[in-house]
Amino acid sequence: MGVRLHLAVSLALGARTLALDLASDADVIGLVGPSGAGKSTLLRVVAGLERRAAGHVSFGGEVWQDAATFVPAHQRGIGWVPQDGVLFPHLSVRDNLAYAARAPIAPVAERLGVTALLDRRPRNLSGGERQRVALGRALCAGPRLLLLDEPFSALDRPLRARLAADVADWARAHRVPILLVTHDERDLAPFGAEVWEVGAAGVARVA
Amino acid sequence: MTLDVFSAIRLSFVVGLAAAAIGLVPATVVGWALARGTFRGKAVLSALVLAPLVLPPVVTGLLLLRLFGRASPVGGALDALGLPVPFTLLGAVVAALVVGFPIYVMTIRGAIEAVDRRYEEVSLSLGVPPGRTAWRITLPLALPGIAAGVVLAFARGLGEFGATAIIAGNMEGRTRTIALAVYALLDAPGEDPRLATLVGASLALAFAAIVGFEALTRWQRRRLELDGR
Repeated sequence: MGVRLHLAVSLALGARTLALDLASDADVIGLVGPSGAGKSTLLRVVAGLERRAAGHVSFGGEVWQDAATFVPAHQRGIGWVPQDGVLFPHLSVRDNLAYAARAPIAPVAERLGVTALLDRRPRNLSGGERQRVALGRALCAGPRLLLLDEPFSALDRPLRARLAADVADWARAHRVPILLVTHDERDLAPFGAEVWEVGAAGVARVA
Repeated sequence: MTLDVFSAIRLSFVVGLAAAAIGLVPATVVGWALARGTFRGKAVLSALVLAPLVLPPVVTGLLLLRLFGRASPVGGALDALGLPVPFTLLGAVVAALVVGFPIYVMTIRGAIEAVDRRYEEVSLSLGVPPGRTAWRITLPLALPGIAAGVVLAFARGLGEFGATAIIAGNMEGRTRTIALAVYALLDAPGEDPRLATLVGASLALAFAAIVGFEALTRWQRRRLELDGR
C-alpha cells in the first residue's frame, strides 16, 4: 500500500516524557510494549483524541497535527477500536455496525461472525463478541487507517488467530493500513507486521 | 376563608409543569456546558447557577421583584407585551423556575457527566461530527437522567413558597398554590380540615416525584451499563 504514517511527537505521561519518531509505510505496524508504556495514548494521538502531545503527525500527504494544525478526529477518516470495544450501549449490534457505515453491514458482519448477534444489545454479549462487533463497526465506517488497541484481548488463542487473519484480509482487500497496539507480540504474527517497541526511551523498530 | 383546595392543587401543578417545561432547554444547555465545556468563567457560571440554592428564597423573591417590577426595564418591557410578572401566575412560574434551576442544572450536569466520554470519542473517530455525536450518543444516553431532572424541577416547583409569596403574592384562584394555601390556613383560627387534604396532597406528590426520580436514575444506570452485566 505504501501510505506513509509519520509520528514525531513528545508526550507527557505523568512524570516522564515519551519522545518518539516513527515513520513507516508498512501495511501493518505493530506497537508492542508493557502496559503503562503509553501505547494506547499514542493511538489516541494518531486518532486526534489526545491534545497533550506536541509534535508532528501526518498520514499520506496530509498533516494531521503540527505547530499550526490540528485536524479533529472526525475529519481524519480513521477507524479507532479502543480496548473493550466501547459499543454504544443504547444501540443494538446492528445499529452499532450501521452507526457510521458507508457500505452495507452484512458482509462485514458475516466476515466477523456476528450475523447471529445483530438484534442483541451490547450488554448481552461476551467480551469477545463485543470486540468483534467493535471491529466491525470500525470496518463499516470505511476508514483510511485502522487503529486497533488490544483488539483480541478477550478472545481465546485459536479465535484470535482466525479473527486477526480475517481483519488482515479485509485490510489488504480495502488497502487500509493498520496501526495495532498489543502487549502480546504473538497477536502480530498473522499480520506480518512491522514491529516497533515502545519503551522508556522512546520507540524503536525491532522487526 | 375563601380557599379552594383543588384550585391550589391545580395551580401548583400548572406552576410546576410550566417551570419544568420552560427550564428544560436552558437547564440542559447550562448543565451540558458545566459537564463538558472548557471555557473561561465556568466557575462563575456555576456559582451563578447555584446561588438560588443558598440564598434565602425570600431574598430571591425580592431580587426577582426588583428585576421584574414595572419600574425596571425588563419588567416594563414584559408589562408592555401584556405579560406582567409581579402578582400573576407567571410570577409564580418565574419563582419556581429560578429557585428550582440549581437542582435542575445539577441533575442534568450529573446525567451528562455519567456518560463515558469514550462513547463520544468513538463516535468522533468514526467521522461523526461533534454536534451529531451529541445528538446521537450523549443525549440519548443522558436522557433518563435529564428526565429525572425534569421530575425534580417539577417537584421543587410544586412546593415553592418563599420567593413565590414575594413576587406572586397569595391570591386565591390566581397564585395561591398548595404551599401558600397551607400558609393561609395556618393563619386562620382552629384546625381547618382542608389543611389535612393539602398536607396529604403534598406528601403524595412528593412521594410520587421521588419514586419517579429513582426509577429514572436506575434506568440511566442500566442504560450506561453501570449496573452488573
